[in-house]
Amino acid sequence: MTKPIIATASLAGCFGCHMSVLDIDAKILQLIELVEFNKSPIDDIKTFTKPCDVGLIEGGCGNSENVEVLRDFRKNCKALVAVGECAIMGGLPAMRNGIPIQECLEEAYLRCPTVDDKIIPNDEELPISLDKVYPLHEIVKIDYFLPGCPPSADLIWEALTALVGGKPLGLTYNLIKFD
Amino acid sequence: MNKIKFTIDGKECFAEPGQTIMEAAKANGVYIPALCRYEGLKPAGSCRVCTVRVGRGHMAACTQPVAEGMVVENIVPDLEDMRKSLIEMLFVEGNHLCPTCQKSGNCELQALAYRYQMLVPRFPYQFPVRQVEPVGPHLLLEQNRCIQCLRCVRGVKTTDGKAVFGSVKRSGKKKIAFDRDLAAGLSADAAKKAMDQCPVGALLKKEIGFMVPIGKRKFDQKPIGSEFEDKRS
Ligand code: SF4
Repeated sequence: MTKPIIATASLAGCFGCHMSVLDIDAKILQLIELVEFNKSPIDDIKTFTKPCDVGLIEGGCGNSENVEVLRDFRKNCKALVAVGECAIMGGLPAMRNGIPIQECLEEAYLRCPTVDDKIIPNDEELPISLDKVYPLHEIVKIDYFLPGCPPSADLIWEALTALVGGKPLGLTYNLIKFD
Repeated sequence: MNKIKFTIDGKECFAEPGQTIMEAAKANGVYIPALCRYEGLKPAGSCRVCTVRVGRGHMAACTQPVAEGMVVENIVPDLEDMRKSLIEMLFVEGNHLCPTCQKSGNCELQALAYRYQMLVPRFPYQFPVRQVEPVGPHLLLEQNRCIQCLRCVRGVKTTDGKAVFGSVKRSGKKKIAFDRDLAAGLSADAAKKAMDQCPVGALLKKEIGFMVPIGKRKFDQKPIGSEFEDKRS
């Protein structure tokens, strides 16, 4: 039997949710028995090499590259999971949502006292920042949501094993936390 | 005087004349989820989370007096989903960044979201632009998190009984405001009391945020309302 295939990505996130995946500790050995990883920072596979069953996405959409990666995941994964507060509601990066983007860039690159060359980066290679940070489900269809900042390793384990095993999610009170 | 007989979800209950459905439910060990209600304050009926059904009518349990023979529906699927949707509306209507909030773990809005297993709100996030304002020397008003429950309007008073907070404007522009001179006179103790009364992290006493470690906060282990449910079983 072929193993379910998993892909992961961090968009406008801090990689904390990926750290929480690693926080399952020794169960990671069980995990690699259970699933195969494809595109993910965990194994450093940069592009999809085959269709995947589950895509885990950390972080919201703050720039054009985030949107592109998210759409690529939607195309290549059967089920998409928004992992963590940033993916679900923008999280800390969304604290800029009330501030015009021009003002954010000026604050970071022109007025910041520790920046030497005071220019706003504008190379065409760079992704363009969006007007605000968007929750994933406002860009593509998301199938499952795992809240937490980060979601606990127990929640990730419970959800992943339920998903790849085709079982219903058993979410107890202690697993759902927003911080 | 004779006790009033009524039922909540089929359970026979008794009320004193003049008691609201909420007060009587409490006296009979029944939990009705609520948010703007606060023990000791006059009910405001503003959040509608305590909405129950009597016959075909919906009413706020915190303001509606019990009548003889009332048949009250409380924990039923459609009402519970309506309550969950109210919680979700409050989440999208403000900026509730739980990971950055001093009240996280002790917040009643968050606790209700946990109780209803809110994984994501069904409504789009509004990301409104709001301010943080100092309220006298000891208190902050974080407008991003205010849910306009009016607890502070009803409960925060100066030593001579004057209300410090009030609400201004209407509809979507409505917000909580305060009297600067009265706020300047609020003691550190009064500020702490105000913070405890606020269900969310909108009123914050300065310098005491994040004092209680994760795991030891009010709603870390047990759902809101479980104190009733434990007693019953
Ligand atoms: S500041 Fe707090 S207590 Fe006052 S209305 Fe807002 S949420 Fe309620």
